[in-house]
Amino acid sequence: MADSVGRQTDSINHATGEDGKSQDILRAKSEGKEMTKEEKQRLRKEKKQHKKNKKDDKGPPEKEKEKTSVPAPSKPVTQSPAHKAAPVPANASPSESSAAAEKPAKSKAELRAERRARQDSERASKQGKKEGGQQSASSKPKATPNELQPVLKRLPEHVQVDDPAALKKLAKKLERQQVPLRSDYGYKVSLFSHLHQYSRKHPPTQQISIPATVIHPSIVRLGLQYSQGIIAGSNARSVALLHAFKQVIQDYSTPPNEELSRDLVNKLSPYISFLSQCRPLSASMGNAIKYIKKEISNISSQCKEEEAKNRLQSCIDKYINEKIILASEAISKYAIEKISDGDVILVYGCSSLVNHILCEAFEKQRKFRVIVVDSRPRLEGREALRRLVKKGIRCTYVLISALSYILPEVSKVFLGAHALLANGYVMSRVGTSQIALVAKAYNVPVLVCCETYKFCERVQTDSFVSNELDDPDDLIVTRNGKTHLENWQTVKSLGLLNLVYDVTPPDFVDLVITDLGMIPCTSVPVVLRVKNVDQ
Amino acid sequence: MPGADKETDLSERIESFLSELKRCGSGAGSLRGSAETARETTSLLRRITAQARWGNAGELMEIIRKEGRRMTAAQPSETTVGNMVRRVLKIIREEYARSRGSSEETDQQESLHKLLTSGGSSEDNFRQHFAHLKANVIEAINELLTELEGTTDNISMQALEHIHSNEVIMTIGRSRTVEAFLKDAARKRKFHVIVAECAPFCQGHEMATSLSKEDIETTVIPDAAIFAVMSRVNKVIIGTQTVLANGGLRAVNGTHTLALAAKHHSTPLIVCAPMFKLSPQFPNEEDTFHKFVSPHEVLPFTEGEILSKVNAHCPVFDYVPPELITLFISNIGGNAPSYIYRLMSELYHPEDHEL
Repeated sequence: MADSVGRQTDSINHATGEDGKSQDILRAKSEGKEMTKEEKQRLRKEKKQHKKNKKDDKGPPEKEKEKTSVPAPSKPVTQSPAHKAAPVPANASPSESSAAAEKPAKSKAELRAERRARQDSERASKQGKKEGGQQSASSKPKATPNELQPVLKRLPEHVQVDDPAALKKLAKKLERQQVPLRSDYGYKVSLFSHLHQYSRKHPPTQQISIPATVIHPSIVRLGLQYSQGIIAGSNARSVALLHAFKQVIQDYSTPPNEELSRDLVNKLSPYISFLSQCRPLSASMGNAIKYIKKEISNISSQCKEEEAKNRLQSCIDKYINEKIILASEAISKYAIEKISDGDVILVYGCSSLVNHILCEAFEKQRKFRVIVVDSRPRLEGREALRRLVKKGIRCTYVLISALSYILPEVSKVFLGAHALLANGYVMSRVGTSQIALVAKAYNVPVLVCCETYKFCERVQTDSFVSNELDDPDDLIVTRNGKTHLENWQTVKSLGLLNLVYDVTPPDFVDLVITDLGMIPCTSVPVVLRVKNVDQ
Repeated sequence: MPGADKETDLSERIESFLSELKRCGSGAGSLRGSAETARETTSLLRRITAQARWGNAGELMEIIRKEGRRMTAAQPSETTVGNMVRRVLKIIREEYARSRGSSEETDQQESLHKLLTSGGSSEDNFRQHFAHLKANVIEAINELLTELEGTTDNISMQALEHIHSNEVIMTIGRSRTVEAFLKDAARKRKFHVIVAECAPFCQGHEMATSLSKEDIETTVIPDAAIFAVMSRVNKVIIGTQTVLANGGLRAVNGTHTLALAAKHHSTPLIVCAPMFKLSPQFPNEEDTFHKFVSPHEVLPFTEGEILSKVNAHCPVFDYVPPELITLFISNIGGNAPSYIYRLMSELYHPEDHEL
């Protein structure tokens, strides 16, 4: 925290260079001391003034400057307009907050100043304090600036692996946060050179010394569970993450001269970097992190530490309860209406939500049978098969290559989702789009079940630009004593591709069942907008 | 007696061939390719022609038909056996007709007049005895054998017409024809091949290693990723087990998904199939179309507790309708699926469609 404020001080000094108070602050900073509360408040007032002046002088030119200062590393042209077009809330998305610091310091400082000012004014207005006309101006609901403002979003780091500048930035940032950097493994197929590819045999925790002072042990454990695939599945990962954060909050104690709302958010940043090194964050995890950060920064400075911690923990519990558990109850209720007696339902892989729906429907005495489709190398369908068989549901099991054989028997297809993108595409486990395609060819209805907290503002049209590459060694198999791909590393022109996700176009999906009701795929941006306005 | 020895020798060979056919069908991909099966069938038929006792063409055809029925019953999914039997029967009919001196064109075409007037009376014609019939038939079968030897080369020679540089080609499983096709093109052009591994037998792995040894950029993907990567593919080139009479395919499982994905992205689907795979069957024969192998490939015995409560299926073949296919490349050149019926009428006589 002190770091970033210090840098802003420098920059502002460069800009204005005449404010006596900032000299004080600068002195305090250069002595390596933490600033007192008063100094911080003075700084904030300064910045507000600064911001007001700047805003009057150069509104549009500033925006353009900030736009061009967005990472220049050349990206495929299609990506950047797509990212810029998507509206972004003023609150920093996790990628923004964890972005590196080598930007032209001025624009970043301004961004931060704006943000700080807005948060302050929000808090002030909440507590009923009046600090002048400018406050009310900047405390307008964030919705309006959102829609009209061009996106200042930076590209997430995990799709810039082929850019050496971005890699260097990442390395520096991780070093600063004392998080180990994980190196890529194996030959990467050229189409995917912009993504990371890690090996499961080299977990990131190997490089952490014991005891780890920067990263909380429950986060280390969580990261290891992610990277080894012990915890898999969108809901499971989010719930595990939230529980780990509860533990972190429990063990947290505010250092002197710091505010809980500021410091805790900063403490979380290295944890998030570490987790994304273990396994790239999912959309649901991203939304959960955004929520936590917002809740933390909304803690008033008046609150005592114990009370604040309890409040945060109950917020997290409420989030899990509302968004995941109650949502799945609501979705089951809607979905059961769609299951009739005599149905033959096809499911793919292991989706906790779809399994829950089927178990509930079975309990409500619906007569149906299930066909579980599975695929190499993850073979997650076996887990789903075990759960369903334990319940007593009649099941059939095939691999995805036998799909054309089994589909004429099927009456409905239920699919789970990892995320729903703003242009209506469904991002889910690789193979889902194939199932939807063949089901469409046989005229079988496809229903996707997804909670609203997985809705994401990204847009994507194919499975290449943003994806996850799993360990390529998983594809190796030994049959009849022969392993053909054993030494694939030695053969120069041979590559193995183990994709994790793919996107399904909305014309293959007939219905999306969410906790808000049953909507078509294309209504996702409507739901997002409604959620933003609510918040 | 020399005659008896020859006969026992012949029947021994037939028996051993039958038992090999029965053993080959374990589904882990035939231990021999279709081309070898075709060659062995044809040589066996030649031997039968040479060594069996027959007086006229009709008797010979009866013998061959009988043996052919036994062979196809041993392994119904191996259709090349039946195809070769039908080819040989057609050869016998042709040679007989030629020896009799009648022109063949009218015999081949089923004119409406002929259908209504003669009504299957051509059977008796085969009772005449011709001295040189045996030699002619054996010679014709030898020609057939040389044709079979050269099929793969003929197909590979056409590779450069269809593959240009910097292409991304997708294929599935393992086909020796496609392998030769791609290797031939790789001698002159640089391109990238994506191989879908085709679970549960994962023959795509073998194909990929073999292609990468020739310095072809190869990538192996799991079956689930076929649609995901299809948007970057320029052509799909596959082999097949059988080409059906309507122009459809009986190919390894997963091919129908591949064909649908290619259709969705308007990617051309090219099938490399030699002519001996063309079979007069139609896909509507429900009980003979699909072949299943042990489901332990799909759900192994280690999953013991749920095994008894679950149905697991492991089909080997897929039906691909002719609308999804763009081109057939065979040893006689490239053809559209709509032309297959003509080719079939040239290769087989309609009365031989049912052995």
